[in-house]
Amino acid sequence: MTQPDTSTRSLIIEKEFPHPPEKVWRALTESSLMEQWLMKNDFQPVTGHSFTLRREPMPNWNGVIDCQVLAVEPCRTLSYTWGTLGVETVVTFTLTPTDAGTHVRMEQSGFRPDQETNYKGAKYGWQKIIDGLERVVAGLE
Amino acid sequence: MRSTADNLFKALSDPTRRAIFERLTRNGEQTVRALTERSGVSQPMVSKHLSALKRARLVRNRRHGRETHYQARPEALAPLVDWIGNYGAFWQDRLDRLAEVLERMDK
Repeated sequence: MTQPDTSTRSLIIEKEFPHPPEKVWRALTESSLMEQWLMKNDFQPVTGHSFTLRREPMPNWNGVIDCQVLAVEPCRTLSYTWGTLGVETVVTFTLTPTDAGTHVRMEQSGFRPDQETNYKGAKYGWQKIIDGLERVVAGLE
Repeated sequence: MRSTADNLFKALSDPTRRAIFERLTRNGEQTVRALTERSGVSQPMVSKHLSALKRARLVRNRRHGRETHYQARPEALAPLVDWIGNYGAFWQDRLDRLAEVLERMDK
């Protein structure tokens, strides 16, 4: 048996949009616009606000993602937790103005074993899965 | 015939099977009898669950005398890990959609 890996892995996706940061920010933070590209939601750009993202339920998953807003810096940074299937990660969007528009960096971080449940038994198998997830996510970068 | 991934997801969908798999992962190789003593279900049920786990390649077994010993194979979780890895594709897809939304917004 290996020791628990306490490091975290991130999934990072970057994309440049030919639009000013103000406009990208609206799409990232206005509930009706978010629904068009992300999921149905009851998001509000308020730190501490809890909300859910919903997609069609599928076998073994009700399609609900539980989130809480961690940081709101208009036109610069938006961060919220992303909890589903017992795994909580953090999604952070960072906007940077460029000559052509806006550079968006999406980072989903915190794929790691749950420290609290390490070795507590019931969740050990799932910890193994998350350990494996780290390898996959590392390979995606 | 079911694919390995189907067998894997199906095997892990049952809490008793997950508990057996987790116990083997945690405590190493064990006999069917030892697993039965702690599982709260009958030996035939444990054997049935072990067969499902074996189909998913989550466990391997060996005979030793009159006892069958089972061992976990956590590496068999790979298809599940790949599935979760689709998150990368998920975000690519969503950001492409975001680009479309931005195009449609007040010009």
